Amino acid sequence: MKKYAPAVILALLALVPLVGFSSYSMHVLILVVMWSIIGMAWNLLGGYCGQVSFGHAAFFGVGAYTSGIIYYHLGWSAWWGLPLSVVVVTLFSLVIGYICLRLRGPYFALATLAVGVILRVTAENLDKFTQGDLGIMLKERTWVEKIWYYYIVLILAAGTFWIIRKVIRSKLGYYFVAIREDQDAAESLGIDTTLYKTIALCLSGVLTGFAGVFYMNYMGYIDPKVVFALHDISIVAIMVVMVGGVATYWGPAIGAVIMVLLAEFIRSMPKLGAAHQTLFGVLLIVIIIFLPNGIAGDIPKLKRLLRLKGTGS
Amino acid sequence: MKLLEVKNVSMFFGGLAALSDVSFSVDKGKILGLIGPNGAGKTTLFNVVNGFYSPSRGDVFLKGKKISHMKPNKICSLGIARTFQVVKPLQRMTVFDNVLASAFLRAKNRAEAQEKAAEVLEFTGLSDDSEVISKGLPLGKRKRLEIARALATDPEMLLLDESFAGLNPTELNESIEIVRKIREKGITMMVIEHHMKIIMSISDGIVVLNYGEKLAEGTPAEIGNNPEVITAYLGEATHA
Repeated sequence: MKKYAPAVILALLALVPLVGFSSYSMHVLILVVMWSIIGMAWNLLGGYCGQVSFGHAAFFGVGAYTSGIIYYHLGWSAWWGLPLSVVVVTLFSLVIGYICLRLRGPYFALATLAVGVILRVTAENLDKFTQGDLGIMLKERTWVEKIWYYYIVLILAAGTFWIIRKVIRSKLGYYFVAIREDQDAAESLGIDTTLYKTIALCLSGVLTGFAGVFYMNYMGYIDPKVVFALHDISIVAIMVVMVGGVATYWGPAIGAVIMVLLAEFIRSMPKLGAAHQTLFGVLLIVIIIFLPNGIAGDIPKLKRLLRLKGTGS
Repeated sequence: MKLLEVKNVSMFFGGLAALSDVSFSVDKGKILGLIGPNGAGKTTLFNVVNGFYSPSRGDVFLKGKKISHMKPNKICSLGIARTFQVVKPLQRMTVFDNVLASAFLRAKNRAEAQEKAAEVLEFTGLSDDSEVISKGLPLGKRKRLEIARALATDPEMLLLDESFAGLNPTELNESIEIVRKIREKGITMMVIEHHMKIIMSISDGIVVLNYGEKLAEGTPAEIGNNPEVITAYLGEATHA
């Protein structure tokens, strides 16, 4: 049964649009799936390999801009960004990895934080190339119907899930976790930590880049403040994983559901809309105190808590 | 035949010489004991041999090939594995996965790595604990896990850094037995140990370090009777 869970869930998700949701509900659903891709990608690097990144917006943005720039300058379909971003994001990740991966722990995190900001400022100022703050807009989106975007993002997410599970169950996965648990021990056991951290970074980056390409095509508009956003992309990527469950297969998806719904909910509240980051912060504190392994990681604990409540009432 | 050769190795940290001009060699299949008071530079020497440190001067050779200034993972793949004095288990992994992660080094595929891991756990008597998360292991078993993990990389030479410290008498006997069995496999060892009785009984040769310098070298009997060693190290206990 457990073996077929991913296939069953995918089938159910594929059937969801047939229910006939409103356009807004479909939009929320698409965002949830997109955020699970970003969460899964972050989780690969941060959760499994232990290299916490505060700058995943960089990969998201590079993916989005790859797509936007080939559209704007070359007149290609922005969907070509999907294959092309693999090359661009990999090259970008190699450079970032070469510079940042020699740092450990919090130093790595701070360096990635800087990378995200540097990219935003660069994109703002290279206005001949990126259109700067004007942003890049698609003259018309491929489809008006949301359903096609939903299926595309769902395929991307399923692919991401499949790749990550494949990687984690292979030698690579063991090496990533070994590096997370103790880098010196890993090194002395013959693991080339620089190489494997770079692989984790590239994989994570490319998968996040896909989400960026999708975003460009789906939203039809990007600018540096949106796609290289620290609070709304980099931090949310971490929160999705922290809330859902670090180093679990389903955690990022669970986290994405909660974070996207919460963001939409808060946005709809009068006067509270602008305070969503404050509330995210409060949520993060609560999660860290009560469910340090996230929802998927602390399922036994959650069950215990719920059962206690059940018998008490 | 010389398996490992340490030639005129010095290691400076700022102005402090943690090792100065240390030379010795280890023959294939033998056990070399490395002793000395705290701070004598024993672990530093391991870190130089294992590649964590690049020696400030001098070089280390494995089968005639210079290995100093190589990265630890490279040195491990050439055949030198080590354990840590302060154990470094991969905490949130099971005992089996700990060993599996290092067995991947030589294995062509996962099945082969699993086989190797199971074999090593059997060899070190940890089979019953293979599904335990290593964070929860008692110290004695964690020390043994260090040995198991190192063995899973199929080393030609094993560096044991105080693998016997803090063990109870039963665990001690088991560990000594394991070391004997490792030796029967033809694996050369370098052993840091404070337990005089153990080091005297298992070593073929002993090197004594004091303040980063090689104080003496010889068979266990020679070292036991060396007056310099007795004053610098063994004798301290009688004065205290």
